[in-house]
Amino acid sequence: MLSRTADHLYWMARYIERAENLARLLDVSYQMSLVPQSLAAQSRNWGALLALNSLEGSFAQRHAEISADNLLRFMVTDAENPSSIYSCLRAARENAHAVRGTLTLEMWESVNTTWIELRGKSFETIVSTGISEFFDWVKRRSALIRGVTFGTMLKDDALHFIRLGGLIERADNTARILDRQYHILHDHNEAGVSDFYQWGALLRSLSAFQVYRKVYRDAITPARVAELLILNPDMPRSLHACTDGIVCMLQLIANDVSADTQRRAGVLHAGLHFGRIEELMTNGLHEYLEEFMDRVYEIGEGVGRSFLMAA
Amino acid sequence: MSNDFYNEMCDSDGRLRPHYQEFADWLSAMPADRLARKRLEADTAFHRVGITFAVYGEESGSERLIPFDIIPRIIPSAEWATLQAGLWQRVKALNAFLHDIYHQQAILRAGIIPWESVLNNAQFRREMVGIELPSDIYAHIAGVDIVRAGAGEFYVLEDNLRVPSGVSYMLEDRKMMMRLFPELFSRQRIAPVQHYPDKLLDNLRTVAPPGVVDPTVVLLTPGAYNSAYFEHTFLAQQMGIELVEGRDLFVRDETVYMRTTQGPQRVDVIYRRIDDDFLDPLAFNKQSMLGVPGLLTAYRAGRVNLANAIGTGVADDKSIYPYVPEMIRFYLSEEPKLNNVPTWRLREAEDRAYVLAHLPELVVKEVHGAGGYGMLVGPAATAAEIADFRQRIMASPEKYIAQPTLALSNCPTFVDQGIAPRHLDLRPFVLSGKNIDLVPGGLTRVALTEGSLVVNSSQGGGTKDTWVLEN
Repeated sequence: MLSRTADHLYWMARYIERAENLARLLDVSYQMSLVPQSLAAQSRNWGALLALNSLEGSFAQRHAEISADNLLRFMVTDAENPSSIYSCLRAARENAHAVRGTLTLEMWESVNTTWIELRGKSFETIVSTGISEFFDWVKRRSALIRGVTFGTMLKDDALHFIRLGGLIERADNTARILDRQYHILHDHNEAGVSDFYQWGALLRSLSAFQVYRKVYRDAITPARVAELLILNPDMPRSLHACTDGIVCMLQLIANDVSADTQRRAGVLHAGLHFGRIEELMTNGLHEYLEEFMDRVYEIGEGVGRSFLMAA
Repeated sequence: MSNDFYNEMCDSDGRLRPHYQEFADWLSAMPADRLARKRLEADTAFHRVGITFAVYGEESGSERLIPFDIIPRIIPSAEWATLQAGLWQRVKALNAFLHDIYHQQAILRAGIIPWESVLNNAQFRREMVGIELPSDIYAHIAGVDIVRAGAGEFYVLEDNLRVPSGVSYMLEDRKMMMRLFPELFSRQRIAPVQHYPDKLLDNLRTVAPPGVVDPTVVLLTPGAYNSAYFEHTFLAQQMGIELVEGRDLFVRDETVYMRTTQGPQRVDVIYRRIDDDFLDPLAFNKQSMLGVPGLLTAYRAGRVNLANAIGTGVADDKSIYPYVPEMIRFYLSEEPKLNNVPTWRLREAEDRAYVLAHLPELVVKEVHGAGGYGMLVGPAATAAEIADFRQRIMASPEKYIAQPTLALSNCPTFVDQGIAPRHLDLRPFVLSGKNIDLVPGGLTRVALTEGSLVVNSSQGGGTKDTWVLEN
């Protein structure tokens, strides 16, 4: 298929996945801000969110203080912030529009309708109907698009590039969310009831709360949370599951110049496949996750070089 | 109904023409509310699928739906046979003319067409001189605009030989009619048109460069902001070929490749929907970001074919149009089967004098204009508009031609006030390759404003499904 077409499909999928993960993260942060806690903890909670996407600078230019209202406005509907949900869904729609002939009609309609509906929502109307309702809407739209993609598209390269984009984005996002939240919780352990909520919220943001209960049938501990979200191959948002998919997709689209990218993905996957959580945590979880994100970034770059900018 | 115009449905005494009998019976038995519902259904469906076109000059990026009318334009088989024969003849002669002027120039030597009107024509491309093209075909796709006037004679209004558009509406209109009113199609034999994309692809494959066994065909689009982008995606999808932009292609060793995820892949035939000027920034418009650097070299080397060829504009230019009947006699030794509209060339003093004296009754067009922009329809124009045109003609007469105002035929059409006659034209699409072919039908455009003779979609025109009845 045309490299440009593959590029648009790949990025369409990345932006949709990114919007969804952002909605998850914001939702959980918002829920957590409702739990009684110190002001310092509040501000840390929201500040961590900005740090997650290295947005402290551009946020500071637009808002004086870190408050729930300012932050949500910045991350949800701000068209100037390239990392807002609004910007992600706009970029997804623009990418889809450029290759609408490659998408099935249902896919194009679901992406386009998402954008049309989003355009009709102001921050004020979102807040007045309940911001959690809005986050649910983002997740539902993402799920709908994913379902329509799997339900209507031919299993050819177009689908493989869409899936690859989604998986690479998800691998990065899960690692990012885990890293920041883990970092905060670990460094500032305000023991007691809020601790339970904090860990619970982290799991919920990745739709992993019920899964955790099912897998461990035990109290929530940091090591187990890390194990579930990193190593469990059956947990759809875990790093292991994402790299499983990445390796598989790369095999399906392999070409003459993609061997190195496949090798890198294989190495990353092997570490997760055969690794144990105690080993990963020896040098510190933060260090591990940071390296993981670097490697995912390299794989993304490799995909660009091998497939999206041919000759 | 007005008696001044040929009515497609009824004769001058108001009696139904036989080929509309079946439809009229059906229509009169149809409850009004059901019809209204169906019309609404059509609108909704066209909107949802996004069958729109971008309008230039209005609020930037605005997209509009082309109105669709559910009363079809019906052509009996005998009339179609005449049209078809006339179209074949005309397109054959036009292709022969293009080959001739880029080679021996026999028609110029014979003094039938003045040298300067071809060689000084901005659409004449010196780069094409002496190049051999597969099957000697230049205009692979021709969208010939035909109107009916007077007592029902067919006239050719314009031969569109560059990048004619509109065929997607022909196909979508048919799909819509079959969806809304399937019963109509079982009541009578209506010739199918849906195989047009297959025929188009076949045709494009027959004109691949010599020696290519399994040619790769692509459709080259200016991109998502072009007014006909919907049609480009539609046709590429229907033919199962790649929809490429200039940046997806590159030329190496006089060969065109597209950038794919499996590496460079050779391209043999380019169905291009980009004007000549923008095809190759090395050869034509240097600023063009739409084209492919080096494309002309590969084309001249015979390593890739373009449909349509570069330089076809010289044959559909309004200043060449008056000579088409002569071309038919010259190349085919036949008498033209379709009429040309009498045309005055304003660079000629005698013609100019006549036209300036009769502006209120004539239609004046820019030689290089298209899309219904920049034309004067005398009978509908205000005194000020006529005065303005007079100025323009005197300033640069060579830019204009004039024609009598044709009494375009009309056809009953749904409008706000109910059903009323509206003027229409017809654009069949003629395919030329190893063979010449066309599907029975075309795009019927209808002027929705009462009395208007301008059918262009950019000027508020709509479309109708076009039925050719089989015997």
